[in-house]
Amino acid sequence: MADTETSPPTNVLIVGVGGQGVIMVSKVLAALCQLHGLQVKQSEVHGMAKRGGSVFSHVRFGAQVWSPIIPHGETDILVALEWSEGLRWLDAMRRDSGTFIADTQQIVPPIAFRDRRPGARSGYAPQSPAAVLEMVGTGFALDATRVAAGLGNTRIANTVLLGALSTALPFPVEGWISVLRDFVPPHTVAVNLKAFQAGRDWVESGSRPAEEAARPAGARVAVAARGHRLEITEAWCKGCDICVKMCPERCLRLDERGLAELANPAACTGCRVCEWLCPDFAVRVLDGLGQPVA
Amino acid sequence: MTVISKSKNRAAAIGEAAAAGARPLTGNEAIARGAWEAGVRVASGYPGTPSTEILETLARYPVDDLQAQWSTNEKVALDVAIGASFAGVRAMASMKHVGLNVAADALMSLTYIGVNGGLVIVVCDDPGIHSSQNEQDTRLFCRLAMVPCLEPSDAQEALEFTRAAFALSEQFDTPVVIRSTTRLSHTRSVVALGSRVVPPSRGFREDTKKNVMIPAHARARHPRLIEREQNLAAFFEQNPLNRWEKGDAAIGVITAGTPYAYVKEILPGASVLKLALSYPLPMELIRDFALSVGRVFVVEELEPAIETEIRAAGIAAAGKAYFPRTGEFSPEVVRAAFERAGVLEPQPKPAPWPVQSTPRPPVLCPGCPHTMSYMAIRALNARVAGDIGCYTLATIEPLRSIDTCVSMGSSIANAVGMSKAGTEDKPIIATIGDSTFLHAGIPPLIDAVYNNANITVIILDNHITAMTGGQDHAGTGRTLRGEGTTRIDFEQMVRACGVKWVRRVDSYDVGQMHQSFREAVAFKGVSVVISDRPCVLDPVRIRGPVFAVALDACTACQSCMNLGCPALGWDDTTVEGRHKVKINAELCIGCTLCAQSCPSDCIRPVSPAA
Ligand SMILES: Cc1ncc(C[n+]2csc(CCOP(=O)(O)OP(=O)(O)O)c2C)c(N)n1
Ligand code: SF4
Ligand code: SF4
Repeated sequence: MADTETSPPTNVLIVGVGGQGVIMVSKVLAALCQLHGLQVKQSEVHGMAKRGGSVFSHVRFGAQVWSPIIPHGETDILVALEWSEGLRWLDAMRRDSGTFIADTQQIVPPIAFRDRRPGARSGYAPQSPAAVLEMVGTGFALDATRVAAGLGNTRIANTVLLGALSTALPFPVEGWISVLRDFVPPHTVAVNLKAFQAGRDWVESGSRPAEEAARPAGARVAVAARGHRLEITEAWCKGCDICVKMCPERCLRLDERGLAELANPAACTGCRVCEWLCPDFAVRVLDGLGQPVA
Repeated sequence: MTVISKSKNRAAAIGEAAAAGARPLTGNEAIARGAWEAGVRVASGYPGTPSTEILETLARYPVDDLQAQWSTNEKVALDVAIGASFAGVRAMASMKHVGLNVAADALMSLTYIGVNGGLVIVVCDDPGIHSSQNEQDTRLFCRLAMVPCLEPSDAQEALEFTRAAFALSEQFDTPVVIRSTTRLSHTRSVVALGSRVVPPSRGFREDTKKNVMIPAHARARHPRLIEREQNLAAFFEQNPLNRWEKGDAAIGVITAGTPYAYVKEILPGASVLKLALSYPLPMELIRDFALSVGRVFVVEELEPAIETEIRAAGIAAAGKAYFPRTGEFSPEVVRAAFERAGVLEPQPKPAPWPVQSTPRPPVLCPGCPHTMSYMAIRALNARVAGDIGCYTLATIEPLRSIDTCVSMGSSIANAVGMSKAGTEDKPIIATIGDSTFLHAGIPPLIDAVYNNANITVIILDNHITAMTGGQDHAGTGRTLRGEGTTRIDFEQMVRACGVKWVRRVDSYDVGQMHQSFREAVAFKGVSVVISDRPCVLDPVRIRGPVFAVALDACTACQSCMNLGCPALGWDDTTVEGRHKVKINAELCIGCTLCAQSCPSDCIRPVSPAA
């Protein structure tokens, strides 16, 4: 803790996804520091934030704070409201003494599902929370979203994490509670206080290492990709364009004669939408061996 | 669909604000506070990250104190402020850096005219391009316009410099620019507040030689600008807003704005000359400082605005030889530069943790009305000139349907040019948001009609300025203070511009969207489709019955996933190795688009409308 003129500021980095309440957590912390007469700077970049992008907020407090941004590698506490966001910022944390507090909740961005070939894996962070915690030293991975859901409101997962964070900083709990009261909508005070306490209890009951957290989404299936081919009976194709318009991968087109052709074989996932929708039965989907897909 | 109203406290006046004391404020809130304390009477602006909250904050002060308004664009905003200054009161215009390009024409004459009531222009730069189309440096603009440029380094200075700017404006008969940056605008720290002092109105001053810029008058005014530049520089030779911090005599750092904080963090012992004004410069002060230290460094973000002037005055200093000209500064950037300069020992960097995160580019919201417009455009195989707003996100996966994006309002005239070039067989489409259309889309639409271009314009009317956080505009029927006002009707407006083919379509009606877009591109000449649905986030959060996938019927074609809706993800079950689809009930807002695009009709509402 920075309480003398000379000691450096304490650095807390709060990260997550737009809409999760990153800014709320950092505002509560900043207000608390101010209450304790510390200088505090709280800095974030929003703009693209609410559109599902990464959000992060730097909170620095102490006797004297200069830079609004935490110098790289000097984050004392990293609070992640979403699992892979925590991993993104892991390098910002102090190697020797940093504390990592993360929700194991996964918010999988649409781009992680881009590979639609048979057997494809999701692009979500593959490592399990237990494996990551083993590396980082002081780390807490809790399913805060599930705890919040248990209290009837998944939106207060950030308050659960705030409770966990409160155990890592030497401010008395009463201060946290009074500031929290000021920051949440009046009709949610009671449930937020419960969530805060749940986060504290979770850490203090020492339920480390990570609870058995959800397996990374979609990492299970592994079927070898097979090179699909389309068989288009040109005599039956009347160029109605239905398959071209409906192909989810946009891999068909009408050739210069106005007949359907597979323009982008690499993108074809063999989903058979074209086969089903062709009013003239002109398209068949064949597997890599030239057999109709069963 | 139900609508959950969001507590925006539009009208909540800052009652406690009047109380002095100290409060945590962002740079933007502090600028607004400084303007209020200085007695500003009229404030105008156009939204743009990171400047938006300045006017939003001002609009929470009592209406009797000041008029605050969103204008249709930055030039209009500045002209409104100029008008108020003519009328004798203190006035302010706020905008992001690129907004000043739009307002530049007014600024370049205003600088000749000067002010009556004090006039301050707040311009927020975006080093690092967090949410902009470029990272131009406003300080160079100030040099061109010969307008003094104040650079606060934290929220406290943001308040104080803004207050001082109004007095400076009146004292030197000049508009004054406050240059903020994303970091300053969006960093919150505790600020000591003052109270409001409103100077008496000066009334309109009839003086055509000063107020009417015809050649004869302008010629007479130009030499005064040069005199003003010299007077300002002399005034700042001895001014407490500049700070000379004596330290280690071996290293002297000249800096201004946010980089000052990084210098203090990285080189706490150095001698520092912190300049309040980055144009014009107090060159004697700088010379004295330079002579008092060994090596002189200039630490400034983006362009070498200060460094170039200093070196031209014959003072030895190094800056961009070590410091980058691009991107945002940070403690690391400043440290690395001092390491390159041999001032600091290089620090070993630990190897990164062997973990793999997930890329997370920003995406359109679940149920975003823009989604279907781009799905329909994709079906047309067209050349698409894009514009600036949330919908620019349709450039990337999975919608991938915008070919160009230049600046606000460019889409329509870009499409005109493409069609005139005659090199494209594809239909040519311009897509433009409602706020952007009002900002800069009307003159190019008239141009398209006037010059008989063969293009289709899609106006994406989501009833709000969404990208910047949900601000009202002339097409929403509400003012900045949330009061009702005349609502511009896009259809009438477009017809009045001479467009013969106009159709308004519900952005959630997939069939109608496809049909209308097809007919519009088939029309020879200018056709306009108004794709009409409110943003699901602002001004009210919209949520309807949630949808779910009937897994037994899902064929895992993933057609729905082309929408890029963040609520759509993979289920664990598969068909031939491809994942079936699962809908995240927390995120789904029930827009029906995925259900409408599912070829096997397996996406259905979960519960009846609440
Ligand atoms: C000259 C200029 N002013 C302001 C901005 C900031 N800005 C980016 S997008 C946007 C408005 C977008 O509103 P709209 O066109 O309605 O699209 P939406 O985001 O609602 O989809 C603004 C103001 C800018 N980029 N350039
Ligand atoms: S904020 Fe509104 S316009 Fe922007 S992506 Fe979300 S729904 Fe679409
Ligand atoms: S209905 Fe479908 S497309 Fe619309 S928000 Fe829900 S999951 Fe997304």
